[in-house]
Amino acid sequence: MNTISKIFLRREAGIFVMIVLFCLAVGAFKPQFLTLQSLRIVLLLVPLILIGAMGQMLVLVARHVDLSIGSTLGFSAMVVGMMFKYYPEIWWPLGFLVAIGVGAGLGLFNGFLITLFRLPAIIVTLGTLNLYRGLTYIISNAKQIDRQYVPSELKAMSQTSPIFGIPWIIFMIIAIALLTYWFAMHTRVGRQIFALGSNPVAAQLRGINVSKITLLVFALSGALAGLAGIMYASRWGFVNPSNTGSGFEFQVIAAVVIGGVSINGGVGTVLGTVLGVLLLGCVSSALPLLGIPGTTQNAIYGAVIIIALLIDRGVRQRAIKTISAKA
Amino acid sequence: MLKKSILIGLAFGLATIVTGAFAQDPIKIVYIGKNTGNPYFDSITGGFEDACQVKGCDFLFVAPPTAEATSQIPFIEAQIQRGVNVIGIAPNSPDALNQVLDEARAKGILVLTVNGDLVGNESHRDATILPVDFTKTGPNQVELMGSMINYEGDIAILSATTEAPDQNTWIAAMKDTLANNPKYANMHLVATVYGDDQPEKSTTEMEALLANYPDLVGVIAPTTVGIAAAAQVVQSRMIADKVHVTGLGLPSEMRDFVKDGTVSAFQLWSPYNEGWLAVHFALGVLDGSIKNEVGGTFEVPNLGTITINDLNAMNTQAELTTFDINNIDDFNF
Amino acid sequence: MSVTEKSEIAAAPQRESASARPRWQVMLIRPELMTFVLLIIALIVASSLSPYFLDIAYILDSFTLSAELAMVALVLTIMIIAGEIDLSPASGMALAACTFAYAQQAGVPIPLAVGVGLLTGLAMGLLNGILVIRFQLPSIIVTIGTLIFYRGLAQVIAGDQSIRVPEWFIGINRVLVFGIPVPVLVFVILSVVLGFVLSSTIYGRQIYLIGTNPIAARHAGIRANRIKMSLFLLIGITASIAGMMTASRLGSVRYDIALGGELQMVLMAMLGGTYIFGGRGSILGTFLAAWLLVIVSTGMIVANILPAMQLCVLGVLLIISIIATNFIYSRTQR
Repeated sequence: MNTISKIFLRREAGIFVMIVLFCLAVGAFKPQFLTLQSLRIVLLLVPLILIGAMGQMLVLVARHVDLSIGSTLGFSAMVVGMMFKYYPEIWWPLGFLVAIGVGAGLGLFNGFLITLFRLPAIIVTLGTLNLYRGLTYIISNAKQIDRQYVPSELKAMSQTSPIFGIPWIIFMIIAIALLTYWFAMHTRVGRQIFALGSNPVAAQLRGINVSKITLLVFALSGALAGLAGIMYASRWGFVNPSNTGSGFEFQVIAAVVIGGVSINGGVGTVLGTVLGVLLLGCVSSALPLLGIPGTTQNAIYGAVIIIALLIDRGVRQRAIKTISAKA
Repeated sequence: MLKKSILIGLAFGLATIVTGAFAQDPIKIVYIGKNTGNPYFDSITGGFEDACQVKGCDFLFVAPPTAEATSQIPFIEAQIQRGVNVIGIAPNSPDALNQVLDEARAKGILVLTVNGDLVGNESHRDATILPVDFTKTGPNQVELMGSMINYEGDIAILSATTEAPDQNTWIAAMKDTLANNPKYANMHLVATVYGDDQPEKSTTEMEALLANYPDLVGVIAPTTVGIAAAAQVVQSRMIADKVHVTGLGLPSEMRDFVKDGTVSAFQLWSPYNEGWLAVHFALGVLDGSIKNEVGGTFEVPNLGTITINDLNAMNTQAELTTFDINNIDDFNF
Repeated sequence: MSVTEKSEIAAAPQRESASARPRWQVMLIRPELMTFVLLIIALIVASSLSPYFLDIAYILDSFTLSAELAMVALVLTIMIIAGEIDLSPASGMALAACTFAYAQQAGVPIPLAVGVGLLTGLAMGLLNGILVIRFQLPSIIVTIGTLIFYRGLAQVIAGDQSIRVPEWFIGINRVLVFGIPVPVLVFVILSVVLGFVLSSTIYGRQIYLIGTNPIAARHAGIRANRIKMSLFLLIGITASIAGMMTASRLGSVRYDIALGGELQMVLMAMLGGTYIFGGRGSILGTFLAAWLLVIVSTGMIVANILPAMQLCVLGVLLIISIIATNFIYSRTQR
């Protein structure tokens, strides 16, 4: 156990070193990248991805994948946006409950299809990615929810700050990361997710209710995507039926994979995922600062993902060698 | 919700009308937007709908879910197959639609580009309807910016994509105005950046501008997504007194920023009038009362005399409309 | 379907000694049947939704818009049967089209420029293949990475601007052979060839075995890695051809051609009854599914149904098809 935890440590240390090297390299050209202001920019870029990544991490650990989170985000944000628009008298924090509830519902629907019919998650969520996006257009009649309808208290969460100029939304993602850490590492159910992902057959033999766990991770992933939905309205001030959440799943999966969560299930840590998200955030905010044209950004993202995969593989092979050498 | 059922009803109604009587079919006009869910097109569509109600034609708005270059093609093909008389389109690409638009024109359909043109491929459409003479957008925007910063200091442009034809026309005119008009001699354009019309990317570009150019006093964002993103950055950093944001924006999206003082003024035109003009022009051309020739003129209710300019281009208004705290509540688009 | 269920229940107590299924059941109760039934239903619904739909020329014309994606989907089907997946070919189409267009704009003669496009296709397939086979990385994640990477490269090469191709190169979809547009014909021919290879050659049988049971395949002496690499190269080159056909159809190339096309390709394979975990599926299924998708989307567009409804229908179709596919496999292949 000790050896394994050391390996995980090394994996996260690897991403951490990558972040530091990257920031120093950028800082050498543009000293203003190494300021608190710039840290604030990075932190404000990543909250949605981080929220989504916590859910996706759990799903991947359970040996599934959730491609529908972008559409879930869009649908939840739209439901909440319409609530703000048509029922402005409702107390706005209820929006959080609505968004999380709607998201959890959509996630549960994914989970039901997957467990009830024993379907592969990748295909089911590819289907619901289309379905939920289509439903978003239908309920909204393809109309955007404009800035004026989003409560200013909600928008302020991404801007105003209780302490040290750090906006509320940052505290919120820290809390979510800590909660996820506690849930994944220190609860019985959380450990069962890992057990299920590492070896589904053994998990069943050990009396773990596979269907229940699967439903749970998808509900959680959906709920977190729903939370990301209302935070989208907070961060950007509007909800659009086509833009809101589109492509979100790719950003999140990229961050999670860079963070060392294994696509084969059973492996993943909150710290690694957070670092993966931060690395992506640093890259996104550094490119415009360096004056690198927008047209090259996608190529660089793609390259970063592939390199991260190769590094991950290199580390894991070394780990396997270390283990077998000791055994 | 009501509107939606009307639309659906209209769609079914159309289908039955067409199959039933073909004696006196009303003229069928379709407008193909860049993408669905784009608030900008609601207003244009309103102009089309109202004009069609007055003049007695059938109108339908369709749009693909996403705005990439080729996504409008199946929609154009379908409308050709339906035998519409007029296709109005806000093209997503200046050249990828050439073949299919030619096909439409070969079938006798009048093809108008509305709110955007096939720059460099004008021969593939019959006429274009643009809100203003786009050569005026640049100077108008520079003047507005100048008036906000006492005509001195470093300014930057936050645009959409590097190859958007309209954006480039405007940016070139802005540069030209800044360089050649002595009135703006003390204003320095330090950077032009591109936010790809995505809120996230526009925000990072805006943040990078502020980090790279600490002396920046103004940002012109001639795109509705860009100006909202720039205003939000300025609002959240509480630097509205130092960095002035202006550009082209939708009143519905900018209202809050104007009211809280983040943005003192911005500009746009009336998208509604584009739809209104398009219908009047199209019906006139089809019944022969308007000749689609450069230099020709015709009267449109509420808009006055419209002249067909070079390349068969028409404008609904001469100068941009400026929105500020005094008039923002008069506009509901 | 109900016949199968009844016989299933009746056979349950003595399953171990149950005799082989009647030949007609094995022949008919296949996922392709479901695709075919859906296709017929879609045709009927689409014709009743709009009087403008049922027009062979229009349907063929509409198919040319998807023919390029459908071609790649055929190869993708084989890839999935072999137990791998490639999500990058839609981006690959864009990249190959961009290198081709860039080369001819720079003055390279068209035949050579086509060669540049094909080489790009090979290179993309090679990179995917090396990452998946040599480095043993999961293909789904590798190709999500290269999906972003290839389209990013296309954007680096072409910028946001579109590159024109010469007049004479434009309009492959307007060339008719026996009244059929060339891209449709190419798709049909490719279907026949790949269908034959997959069903009637040793290579094809080996692909099924690799997908069904990789370990057994290894013991049987099948060079799985070599076959998989050949598939990655094949899909790369097919994507590059499809990309250049798109260039000819549009008359210009931009980095965003076939954006999101990977979704449609996977949808075609899944709707055709290909099993996502490998080992099962057929070219016929994907062939039918391509037509099904075109008829569904064309039927809805020409009936002026909200594009949003199309997203919903596509999503629901995908889920229904996979439920049905799973059901049929579990009934017939015990």
